Amino acid sequence: MNSGRCAACKHLRRRCLSDCIFSPYFPPNNPRRFAYVHKIYGASNVGKILKDLPVSRRAEAADSLYYEAYCRIKDPVYGCVGLITILHQQIYNAQWQLDRIQAEIAALSTTTDHRSQSEVQQVENVGSSFLPDQNGVHDSNSFYDISNWFD
Amino acid sequence: MKSYQEQPRSSSSCAACKFLKRRCTSNCQFAPYFRSDEPKKFAKVHKVFGASNVSKILNEVAEDQREDTVDSLVYEAEVRLRDPVYGCIGAIASLQHRMVELQRDLILARARLASYVGHCSLSSFLDDHGGLFMAPNFLDIPESNSLPFDQFGRFHFP
Repeated sequence: MNSGRCAACKHLRRRCLSDCIFSPYFPPNNPRRFAYVHKIYGASNVGKILKDLPVSRRAEAADSLYYEAYCRIKDPVYGCVGLITILHQQIYNAQWQLDRIQAEIAALSTTTDHRSQSEVQQVENVGSSFLPDQNGVHDSNSFYDISNWFD
Repeated sequence: MKSYQEQPRSSSSCAACKFLKRRCTSNCQFAPYFRSDEPKKFAKVHKVFGASNVSKILNEVAEDQREDTVDSLVYEAEVRLRDPVYGCIGAIASLQHRMVELQRDLILARARLASYVGHCSLSSFLDDHGGLFMAPNFLDIPESNSLPFDQFGRFHFP
């Protein structure tokens, strides 16, 4: 019964039985999905991971395995751990910026109205570096755009 | 860089060969990265990836990158064993969520700062830059409906 085979059984060139562990999560119209997880984890390991989970959690597990496999194929050295590192760095940078801006705000909010013109200019020069330019663009080179990783 | 093939044959097997119950030769691919005093390290990657797949991945990368590759594989395996459903994707989603919160806080803080330095009022700043609340998609999951998404189509940690 070739026409009813899931992507896994097609890839593995075997009959797809009615109780196939893979068929709900690796439909035949997406062969790449199983090919990726097979390349990184192997069919046997994926099957074991899925079987050890309650049925209600298997779809999420299959999805996350697919994405981790995708990351590893795209970056064989770091895989999705590379993304984690990037995110940690982005969070660190964003937190640093936020702390600086909040410190500026705190300084400005305690400044009295009798400060000198030069002091006002100094504060504006420093503060404006955290603001977008006239086109609404931030100097956000710390935000690494990884949204195209999954195109 | 020293070639591992030049090392004399060791009298003790590496952790991988011990686990696989085979002879550890002088040019064993795993020996530099799975020392015999770290048996759990190989056991974890074997359980998740399998020895053959680890070997293939190592063969794909340059020799000077293999240590980093093994470290990341071990990390991924550990996280997957701890969280069999989400693995590292769970950690990514959690960090992403934190990043979205920080971006929102930054927008608001910048708006407050702008109002303080007199560039514009707070409300007009938000009118002009409110779109920046839409953080970029870190994970785009076109074919998977089982993972919980937020309204921006991002994988959301439950």
